[in-house]
Amino acid sequence: MPALVPLHSLAVGQSAVVKRLTCAGVMRRRLMDLGLINGTRIESVQRSPSGAMAAYQIRGAVLAIRDQDAKDILIAADHNEAVCPTTE
Amino acid sequence: MGEPRQLVIALAGNPNVGKSTIFNALTGMHQHTGNWPGKTVSGARGRYRYKGREHLLVDLPGTYSLSPSSAEEEVARDFICFGKPDAVLCVADATCLSRNLHLTLQALEVTGNVVLCVNLLDEAEKKKIRIDLKRLSQLLGIPVIGTSARSGEGLEELKGAVMQTALAKRKPPCSFSYPKEIERSVETLLPLLPTGITGPDPRFLARKLLDRERGMAEKLKESCGVSLSDPLLQSLDAERERLQGIGFDAITLRDSMVQVLVDKAEEIGRQVVGTEYDPHTGIDRKIDRIVTSRRFGIPLMLLLLGCILWLTIVGANYPSAWLSTLFGYGQEALAALFAKLPLPAWVGSLICGGVYRTVTWVVSVMLPPMLIFFPLFTLLEDFGYLPRIAFNLDKYFCKAAACGKQALTICMGLGCNAVGVSGCRIIDSPRERLIAILTNAMVPCNGRFPTVIAIITMFFTASLPLVGSVTQALLLTLVIVAGVLMTLGCSKLLSKTILKGVPSAFTLELPPYRKPQIGRVIVRSVLDRALFVLGRAVTAAAPAGVLIWCMANLSVGTESLLTICGNALEPFGALLGVDGYIILAFLLGFPANEIVIPVLLMAYLQTGQLTDYSGLPALHELLVANGWTMLTAVNVLILCLFHFPCATTCLTIRKETGSLKWTAIAFLLPTVIGILLCLTTTGISHMFL
Repeated sequence: MPALVPLHSLAVGQSAVVKRLTCAGVMRRRLMDLGLINGTRIESVQRSPSGAMAAYQIRGAVLAIRDQDAKDILIAADHNEAVCPTTE
Repeated sequence: MGEPRQLVIALAGNPNVGKSTIFNALTGMHQHTGNWPGKTVSGARGRYRYKGREHLLVDLPGTYSLSPSSAEEEVARDFICFGKPDAVLCVADATCLSRNLHLTLQALEVTGNVVLCVNLLDEAEKKKIRIDLKRLSQLLGIPVIGTSARSGEGLEELKGAVMQTALAKRKPPCSFSYPKEIERSVETLLPLLPTGITGPDPRFLARKLLDRERGMAEKLKESCGVSLSDPLLQSLDAERERLQGIGFDAITLRDSMVQVLVDKAEEIGRQVVGTEYDPHTGIDRKIDRIVTSRRFGIPLMLLLLGCILWLTIVGANYPSAWLSTLFGYGQEALAALFAKLPLPAWVGSLICGGVYRTVTWVVSVMLPPMLIFFPLFTLLEDFGYLPRIAFNLDKYFCKAAACGKQALTICMGLGCNAVGVSGCRIIDSPRERLIAILTNAMVPCNGRFPTVIAIITMFFTASLPLVGSVTQALLLTLVIVAGVLMTLGCSKLLSKTILKGVPSAFTLELPPYRKPQIGRVIVRSVLDRALFVLGRAVTAAAPAGVLIWCMANLSVGTESLLTICGNALEPFGALLGVDGYIILAFLLGFPANEIVIPVLLMAYLQTGQLTDYSGLPALHELLVANGWTMLTAVNVLILCLFHFPCATTCLTIRKETGSLKWTAIAFLLPTVIGILLCLTTTGISHMFL
C-alpha cells in the first residue's frame, strides 16, 4: 500500500490515483461531480505563474485547483503507469 | 382547432460544452447582447418551429450536477425537476464524454424524456477521439445525436429527435443500482412522500431528501404546494440514523450516491469512446506552457492587453473624426431645416442643440473604440484565453481572500458592470461573490472606457505619431491595471473588515483552446456593440440631452439652472481639483456614464455656439479654454474610474444582493476612493506647483 500524499505535491507531468478526499461540504460535492472520486487517475499539467495553483488533467478535462484546496485530495503513486519524465 | 401546445425543452449541460452555440443555432437568435463568460445566468428562452410545432427552448446555466452547490446550479436543478419540461436536451462535450455523462445520468433519474446531444464532434475528431453514438444510445436508452454546432452539423437531426422525445408519452426515469442499504431506506420513505408531486421521480426525491439536498424541501413546497409530513420527517431522521449506524454517515452517504453515477458514466464512457489522443503532445498543453508560464504568463497578458488597447486607440481615431465631421454637417442641415419650419425657435434649439448634439456625441466618441475593442476581446474569449487570465492572477485574489473567478467577472465588467455583477453568480461562496459584486465597478465599462480613451488622447499626446499612440496605449493599460489593483486592494480591505473570512475552495476549468470563428465573432460582436451603444444613445443620451438643454435654457434671475448648479458645486469641485460642472456631469451621468462628456460639453458651451465641430482637437481646445489643466485631466480620469456605479448597475446589485445596505456600500466604496484619490493628487500638486 503506497503512502498517501496531498495532490499539490504531484510534480508537473506526473500522474497518480485519487485515494481519498478529506474536504467536506460544497467542495467535496463539486470535486465528485467533476469525477474526482476514489480511483480516478489525475495528472498535474501546469503550475500557475504565481505558483499557488496548479492545473490537473482529469477525465479528459483540465481543472485548476489551489494548493490550499489540493491538500485535501490525497493521492497515491500510479503504478500501472510508467511515470512520465518531467519535461521542464 | 387551435395551435397545438408549444413544447418546452430544457437545455442543460456542463459549462463550456457549446450549449449557447446550440441554443443560438436552434433558435436563430442571439441570446445575449454581449459575449462574456458565464453569461447564461438566468435561463434565456428562445423559440423555434420545427415541422409546424412551436418549441420553447430554455437555456439553463451550465452545471456539473443536478445537486446544486451554487445559486446557478439550483436554477438548472429546479427547472429540470419542477419546470415540467416536455424534454430535457443534454449537451455533452465529445472531448470529455464520461464526465459529461454524469449530468445526463442525473437528468435520466428525473425523467426518461431526455435527448443527448454529443457536441464538439469536430474537435473530438481533431484529437482523434471516436465515439460510438449508436452504442451510446443503446446503453442509455435515449436518442443520441452527434453535432458540431459551430458548423451546424447534426442540428436538423437533433430537432427531429427532440420533437419525437417531447411528444412521446412520459417515459419512466432510469434507476441505477444504489447500495442495498440506501435502497432499503428509499423503500421505507416512498409511501410517506407527499402526494400531488408533479415532476421529479419519487425514488429520486426520496434519495435527495435523505441527502438533505440544498433547497429541495423548500422547492417542493413552493412549486407543488406540498410540505413534508411529520411522519416523513421522523422517518427521514430514523433512516439517517440507521444508515449512520452501519457506516453511512452524511458524507459517506452522499459520496456513495455520487459514486454510483460517476462509475456508471465512466463505464459507459469506456464502452463507447475510442481514443489515440495523447494529451502530452496536445496543442493546448503547448500553448498553456507559454501563456501560463512563470516567466511569460503575466507579461504576455499585459502585452496582449496593451496591443488591443493600442489597436483601439489608433483605429478609433479616424472613424471618430469622420463621424464628428459628418454629424457636424448634419447639425447644420438640421438647424437649417428647423429654421424653415413654422415652429417656435426653442423647439429647433432643443432638438439640435440638446438631443441631436448629445446623441451624436455619444455615438461618435463611444462607438468606434467599442467596435474595435470588443471584437478583439471577444476573439480572445472565443479562443479560450480568459480562464487562463484567472489562472495567472489567482494568487493575488487568494491573497485578497477572494475567489480566482473574480478575474472573469472583472473581464465581464469591462463590457458592462451590470453584466459583471450578475456574472458574479459563477462564484459559489456568498462572501466572495459579494466582494466581487461590490468591487466590480472599479474597472471601466463600455460607457466609461471611451471617455478615458478620449481624455488620454487629448491630454497625453506626443508629437511623434507612433510614440504618441504607444504612450496612450501604455497609459490606458495602466488605467485598467490601476482599476484591477484597486479591485484587489478593496477586496482585501473588505475581507479584513466587513466581509471577514478565509478564501473558500473552488475549481477553475481550463477548457481546450478553440480556433475562434473569426468572421462570425467579429460580425456578431460588432453588431452587438453597435446595437448596445446606439441603444444607450437613444434611451439614455436623448433624454439627458433634453434635461441638460432645459437646465441650460431655463433661468432663475439672470443665470441658467445649469450655471446655478455648477456654481453651487464649484467649491466641492475645486477641493477635488476639478470644477463644479465636472461634478455636475458625473452626477447627471448616474443614469448612464456615456453622457458625462456630452453634459460637460453642453455646460461649457451654453454661452456660445460651437462652430468648429471636428472631434477631439476641438473638444481639447474647449476644455483648456474652460480652465482644464493636466491636474484636471488626471482627476477626471480618477473620478471616471472610481465613482458610483451607474443606475442600471445599482439596480442589478440591489437585485443580486437583495439588500439596500450592500447596494449602498457598492455605491459609496468607489465614490469615497475617487474623492480621496483626487484630494491626494490635488494636495500634492498644490504643494509643488
